[in-house]
This record gives sequence, C-alpha cells and structure tokens, in this order.
Amino acid sequence: MTLLTRKTFLRLLGAASLLTLSASVFAAPLKVGFVYVSPIGDAGWTYQHDEARKIVQKEFGDKIETTFVESVAEGADAERVIRNMASRGYDLIFTTSFGYMNPTIKVAKMFPKVKFEHATGYKTAANVGNYQARDYEGRYLAGMVAGAMSKKEVIGYVGAFPIPEVIRGINSFMLGAQAVNPNVKMKVVWVNTWHDPAKEREAAESLILQGADVLTMHTDSAATIQAAEAKGIYSVGFNSDMSAYGPKTHLTSSTQHWESIYSAKIKAVLDGTWKPEAIWHGLKENVVALSPMNPVVPKEVVAKVDAYKMEMIAGKRAVYQGPIYDQAGTLKVAEGKTLSDEELHQQNWYVKGIDGKIPQ
Amino acid sequence: MRIEKRLHDSQLMVYLSPLLALLLTLISGALLFALLGRPPLGSLYTFFIAPISDLYGLSELAVKVTPLLLCAIGLTLCFKAKIWNIGAEGQFVFGALIGGAVTLQLAESEGFWVLPVIIASGALAGMAWAAIAALLLTRFNANEILTTIMLNYIAVNLLLWAVHGPLKDPDGLNFPESALFASQTLLPVLFEDYRVSIAIFIALFMLVVIWVVLTRTLLGFQLRVMGENHNAARFAGFNSKKLIWLLLCFSGAMAGVAAISETNGPVGQLIPTLSLGYGYAAIIVVFMGRMHPLGILLASCLLGLTYLGGEMAQIDQGLPKSITGLFQGMLLFYLLACDLLISYRVVPNSRSVKPSAITQ
Repeated sequence: MTLLTRKTFLRLLGAASLLTLSASVFAAPLKVGFVYVSPIGDAGWTYQHDEARKIVQKEFGDKIETTFVESVAEGADAERVIRNMASRGYDLIFTTSFGYMNPTIKVAKMFPKVKFEHATGYKTAANVGNYQARDYEGRYLAGMVAGAMSKKEVIGYVGAFPIPEVIRGINSFMLGAQAVNPNVKMKVVWVNTWHDPAKEREAAESLILQGADVLTMHTDSAATIQAAEAKGIYSVGFNSDMSAYGPKTHLTSSTQHWESIYSAKIKAVLDGTWKPEAIWHGLKENVVALSPMNPVVPKEVVAKVDAYKMEMIAGKRAVYQGPIYDQAGTLKVAEGKTLSDEELHQQNWYVKGIDGKIPQ
Repeated sequence: MRIEKRLHDSQLMVYLSPLLALLLTLISGALLFALLGRPPLGSLYTFFIAPISDLYGLSELAVKVTPLLLCAIGLTLCFKAKIWNIGAEGQFVFGALIGGAVTLQLAESEGFWVLPVIIASGALAGMAWAAIAALLLTRFNANEILTTIMLNYIAVNLLLWAVHGPLKDPDGLNFPESALFASQTLLPVLFEDYRVSIAIFIALFMLVVIWVVLTRTLLGFQLRVMGENHNAARFAGFNSKKLIWLLLCFSGAMAGVAAISETNGPVGQLIPTLSLGYGYAAIIVVFMGRMHPLGILLASCLLGLTYLGGEMAQIDQGLPKSITGLFQGMLLFYLLACDLLISYRVVPNSRSVKPSAITQ
C-alpha cells in the first residue's frame, strides 16, 4: 500500500513536473535576435531586414519575441554582441552581414544549443545556417531598365567591397543593360564600406563627372540616389524601394524581402525541425523583386522586363546564359550553358564592357 | 555677461571635474530616460551596471579597455610635453598590418619566441609610423597635428590594399580578410572561453612604467617642463628634438602593441575595419583622465563601459544605438563645461575687474 502510494506519488510528481516543463516550453516565447551592420534608417539593406523582422513578429505574435542591435561594427564588437545575445537566452540569432561570419562561427561553438543564421558569407556549422538572396536576378532586370534609359551609354556603379556577391551584382546589371543596349559601358567606384553616406555620395558624384548618366550602387544607404537626383540624372536603387530619395530620377529598385526566409526558419525552430543549411532564394521565392517603375520608363521596356522576369521565374531564362565573355574577350560561359551556383559564389571576373580592374 | 579667467585654478577641482561631469551625465541620462517613459534607475542600471555584473562582462570590459588604454598610455606622455600626436589611429593600423603580416608568415612556426616576435613587430611598425611624423617635425618643422592625421589615412588605405591584395585569404573567395591566424600566434587568454588576453597585463605594466617615468625620473621632469614652456626647456639645455623623437616613437610603439592586442586577440585575423577608432577615442581618454596614469585607467574603463552599455541597452531594453553616442557626447560636453567654469568665471557686465589683476 505504502509502495503504491509512493509510486503514485512519484508518478504524480513526474507528471506535474512534465506539465510545468511543457508549460514553460510553450509559454516562453522563442527569443529571436537580429544583429545589424548599419543603422536601420528609412531605406537600404538593414532597413529591409528590420521590415522583415517586424513582419514575422506580427505573424507569430506572442509565440516569439524579437530584438535587434544595430550598427554593430564588423570586428571585435560583433562577437561580443552575438555572444551577449546567446548567453541571454536567445534561441535563434540572425547575423546579417558578411563580416559577422567568423564571429558567428566562434560563438556558435560555445553555444551549441542556440541556432544561428548568417546572411551572405560561405561557412556553415552544426548550429549555423546560411541564407542569401539571389539579388543578381533583380539586378539583371534593373540593369535592363538602366540600359534602356542611358543616352550616353555609360552606367556608373558604386560598389562596397570587391567580393563575389558585389561583383555578381555588377556583372548581372551589366548583362541586363547589354540585353537592351549592346553598346553600353560601365564604370565602377569602390568605397570600401557598407554604409558611409558621405563617401557613397562622393563616389556617385565622381561617376557623374566621368560621364555616367544612370547610377546604381551596392551599398546600404540611398546617398547615390540623392546625388543623382541633385544632378538630374537617372538612378536605380538597391535593397529597398528608394523612389522617395529620387522622386523624379529614380527608375526602379532591385529589392530584397527576407520575411519568407525568417518565417520559415522561425517556424522550423518552433517545430523542432531546424537544420543547418545554406539557402539561396530569388525572384521565384519572392525574396528578390523589382519596385514599381518610374512613369518615364517606356511601356515596351516595362513589358520586356516583365516578360524576362516571368521567364526567369519559370526557369526558362538565366542571368548567366552563354555566350558571355569577360573583359579580355575570353569566353566564360559557352552558348547553351549557364553558371552553376558554385561558380556564381566564386565569381571574380568582370563581363565585357566594364571599365577598370577588380582590386585583387 | 562675460567670461573671465579666475585668479587661481583650483587643483582639487581639476581632478573633481571628471567626476562632476559623470554625475551630471547620469542625472541628465536619468531625466532623458524618464522623458522617454522608461524607469530611469533601471535604464541606468542596464547601461552602466548590467554589462559588468558578471565575470564575462568584466572580461569584455577588459577586452575593450586594453587597446584604448595602450594607445592612451603613449599619448599621455606626448600630450604632457604638448606634442599633439593625433596619429595613434594610424600607428595602430600600421602596427596591425605589419604585425598581421608577420603573424601570417609564422603560421607554421612553433616556439616561445613566436609571440614576442609578433608583439615586437607590431610595436616597431607603430614606432616607424610615428617616426615619420617625428622626422617631419624635427627636420622640417611640419606641424605634427597635420602630419599625424594625414598619416592615419595613409595607414588605413595601406591596410585596405593589403587585405584586398597580398594578405588576402587565398581560400576566402576574394573576401577582403586575411586567413585566420594560427592558434599558437594568438595571445594566450586568461580564462578559457573568455577573450581577455595577457595584453591587459602589458597595458597595466606600461601604465605603472609611465607613472614612474612621470613622477620619478629626469625624463618625466624634462617633458613636463617642455610642455609648460618650450623656451625654458631649451634654456635649461634639454634636447627637445631628442625628446620629440623619443615620445613620438614610444607613443607609436604603444599603439602598435594595442593593435596586436586586437588582431592577435579577439579578432584573430586582419579585416578592413580593424581599429573601430581606438586611436581617436584614446585622445578623449587622455584628456578625461587628466593626463594622469590612474585617471586614464578610469577614463578608459568609463568609455569602454559606454560601448558595452549601449549594446546592452539595445538587447535588453530595445533602446536605440544613438544612446551610446548621446552618453559619450554628454560626458564630453559636461567635462568641457566643468573645465571652463573651473578656469574661468562668468561675471555680470556691471561688475568689472581690472585686467591688470590677470597675470597670465
């Protein structure tokens, strides 16, 4: 009898503790942290990540709790911020700049139970996934618009760092421009920073002085768009819809929308099905898009861009479909071939028509 | 109303001024938090106490303080002698570049000599960079404020060139970063899983060294005299050129060691954004610390804490990043205001004091 009571008691105790445990599992919201490289501001790379954060916060409601730290420099500070998040009970941490790759990997080793997702970069680990946008697809379409609107046939491009991600964007933009205007040329200026509006603006102005009459950039702020608007020349935005910064001259923007990726990752962690993987989503998954076009863009150009977009989504057209030649005129992609994802990830050459050399 | 010089500076107030400034900053901070509708004391706790409430937090403060303090140690001697070395940033970056190059060369080497060689290479490189300014100053009488600032830009661009070129990680897909440093070339950490390294001991040791130099040696006397009155120093037969060389080179060496404490410590590789402005922040540290060894130790801890607190305020309270800049700005503003009111006083126009009473 006593034995039985004790057994029952133990069982009850076990059930009770199980109940509280599961209650705490379900009651405590999943803590999701975001680390941003630049201030959120009103436009640009970090802005789009934060928009996505707000969307998933709304979508999951009280099932998750999100926090961010902005303007975290890529260096010794990044590791501390990531680690502070991990040690303060965050379950899933998104680190959104390529310079966070090694700090993320380092912290992930110390916190094997925390899941990490790093945007851009090339490393994964047991608890580190990697996600990227095929922004080069949007670049190609935006390049078509730029090529069609350039009268002097010179496009100016403000680049952050000469890494494959940025070079891919430059080449894709150029290929798009050449698809509508085979004679178009491109000049590139490097600013060696993701976010420095003053530097970006200077670079944009120097491109205008070099004869460019359509500008675009791969940096985080809208300074290039503003510089173009001030000089009355066309521009193409990046990351977010930047039409507000160039009401007259902004043609369109190649944009990223991270919410589908964030939503899927958060859901996977909530369901316990999260796996470290490297994903690369584009037009098809709605991670990459083109913002509404300026009415000055002729209808037939809009129609052609739309048609190309549909073909790309359907898999009937690729950005890098041969024949494609590099600057020296060497055939890089043969007729009927396309580049593999691995070749895209390692791109370190310019297509024909781009001025200057990649800093090596 | 006008401002006139006080007849006597209160020595006590000169040292109390930073404390007064801190107090005013805290009061204003609390008011600000209250206006934002947040608990003032709780928010101040998050900002100033929470970051160092555990051993990890303290170790991270030491990580942040180490390079700041090392740079400030060199600058203290320079500024005492009124040699305005604004170039700790450049000396830091050049030290990092050469130290990093040496480290990469020694990736395969083992032995007790590896770390001393790396530290010495960083120190010598920083010294060499400062020596350029010393040469220009002693030989051509070129203003050291200008030359050191200019050299900062050159050093930063040399580092950019190196990480985009010869020192780039061959397996890094053209990302502008060096390979990760081999583990035996990293400074030993004091505790496992924490990032604080033996460099903090080097910094504290050098702090004692300059304390002794300043108070107990002829050299310390000479540089103080030179700072007070250049002509008097010359009449007394002090070799000012020799002093300039010595102080600038020492300052450069300290910045170089600071660089190694960062590259071969928490960062563990060369990256484009290495310094995070330590060389500039150290100038503030020196002035806030009254050019006194104990003062600069406290000031570097306080400044380091504002960075950590800013991150914590974002993670725990969702406060914006600008709060860090706001606190740093308030601290500096109140310090300057206190200093002004300690040396000067505001008098209503009706009451006038004979200018002859002012001796200086």
